[in-house]
Amino acid sequence: MTQIAEEQVVGGHKAATTRPRQTPKAVLGLIGVLVFLGAWELLPVLGIVNAKYLPPASEVLAALALDLGLTAFWVAVGDTMTAWAIGLAIAVVLALVLGLLIGMSPFLRRFTNSTIEFLRPIPSVALIPLAVLLFGMKIESSLLLIIYACFWQVLIQVLYGVADVDNVAMQTARSYGFSHWQRVRDVVFPTMLPYLMTGIRLAASVALILAITAELLIGSPGLGNEITLAQSGGAIAGMYALILATGFLGVLINVVTRVVEKRVLSWHPSVRGEATP
Amino acid sequence: MKTLKSIGYLLGLPLILLAWWWIATSGAANFFVPTPAQLAETFVETWMGERLVTDVLPSVIRLVVGVLAAIVLGIGLGLAVGLNRTMRALTEPVFEFFRALPPPVLVPVLMLLVGINDGMKIAVIISGCIWPVLLNTIEGVRSIDPVQNETSRSYGISGFNRIRYQVLPSATPTIMAGVRQCLSIGLILMVISEMFASSSGLGFTIVQFQRSFAVPEMWSGIVVLGLIGVALSFIFQWCERRVLRWYHGLKEVENAV
Repeated sequence: MTQIAEEQVVGGHKAATTRPRQTPKAVLGLIGVLVFLGAWELLPVLGIVNAKYLPPASEVLAALALDLGLTAFWVAVGDTMTAWAIGLAIAVVLALVLGLLIGMSPFLRRFTNSTIEFLRPIPSVALIPLAVLLFGMKIESSLLLIIYACFWQVLIQVLYGVADVDNVAMQTARSYGFSHWQRVRDVVFPTMLPYLMTGIRLAASVALILAITAELLIGSPGLGNEITLAQSGGAIAGMYALILATGFLGVLINVVTRVVEKRVLSWHPSVRGEATP
Repeated sequence: MKTLKSIGYLLGLPLILLAWWWIATSGAANFFVPTPAQLAETFVETWMGERLVTDVLPSVIRLVVGVLAAIVLGIGLGLAVGLNRTMRALTEPVFEFFRALPPPVLVPVLMLLVGINDGMKIAVIISGCIWPVLLNTIEGVRSIDPVQNETSRSYGISGFNRIRYQVLPSATPTIMAGVRQCLSIGLILMVISEMFASSSGLGFTIVQFQRSFAVPEMWSGIVVLGLIGVALSFIFQWCERRVLRWYHGLKEVENAV
């Protein structure tokens, strides 16, 4: 809950302070990236790090450019994103339904609290051996891990969101004779939506982490598996290129979820305030 | 009566789930799922002996060292970057990229650069844990109330004293949110670094059990990981309550008004 509040504060702050100095900031950011790439280029060239283990940036970027033209690379990206999308979707639907059910009943909330608090911190990678036994090197293994990890992220946010519903609004809806379903749709859902969106945004990056992890460790098809193959095959520049690609995928997911969040919540004060300063 | 009720709430669902598990497994023997009694027995046999010292303890020590180092480095760097607007603008895109990078992909890289040893496992944990702490510290420092900044300036509070008495306290709630994220990432990375390349540790042992189809032992290993996760989250909550006592107190007063 504090996370949301903080983000709103931070977001408002950003809009107020950075707008007039946008150009220099972007330039500085670009300079930062260039300095980073320059340092990476020089480290192996000057012999500070063994070039066999850390190829210079130019070589890695060339390998990445080469990858972008290969079908195998895009198939791997497709495999990773398929697991990501399916896992995330299942987790969100499950968490949303269960979260609404549990959150709307004070009894269920107290009844399930200890179990949720116990199951939530169990690391999802602990399930890797189980996934291997049950499904082997298939997408189902990735899905098991992704769904487990994302489910809690979203569920907790939905529970916070439902708890945040204004009592007066709820009483008003009741006295207007709203049915149960109408109350969920018109009172609870709008209040919960910002929380849900934060949960989905967090879960989206967690899902990518676990998709890649499952591919690295279990060997289900995708970018993670390609990284392992490149490493064991000694294609070190290729391995770094693939790692860069996963990073860009992560950035892309962050950007897209931010945009979607802004769109979905365009009516919400926190977003409205940012759009019209 | 009241305490009885809250105990009922606390234990009700776990007991129902346990009973359900017992009934579901007692009839037909399922290869993948041991009965609760079997699991409890294996748990004690497997972990309450030598393994506690040879596998669990080193893993936990690596985890603690890695996480603490990440927190110290993250807060230190975060203060340095967060207090300087130019540094912030310079580093933002690079840091955003590293945050978006799924931490497990760095395991093969660090295996190459550091070699396969304890240092690599700690480096893996630091490389993943530092980002939430670092970025949250930067955010926390950045969003400090400007009036507070002016006040410290006009009172002539600067340098170390300003960081100690103004900057750090007002950034703490944000920093703690980062620390919370870093704990679960640290646990995940501890397991992954051991599953990859290791001859000891929890992750290694659990994979060993799975490969030899020692299913109850494998489950007991999962239980150990779960217990570590739960313990970490309790320790964190305890620390957070202490560190942020003034903050929660403040919130309560604000909410009451």
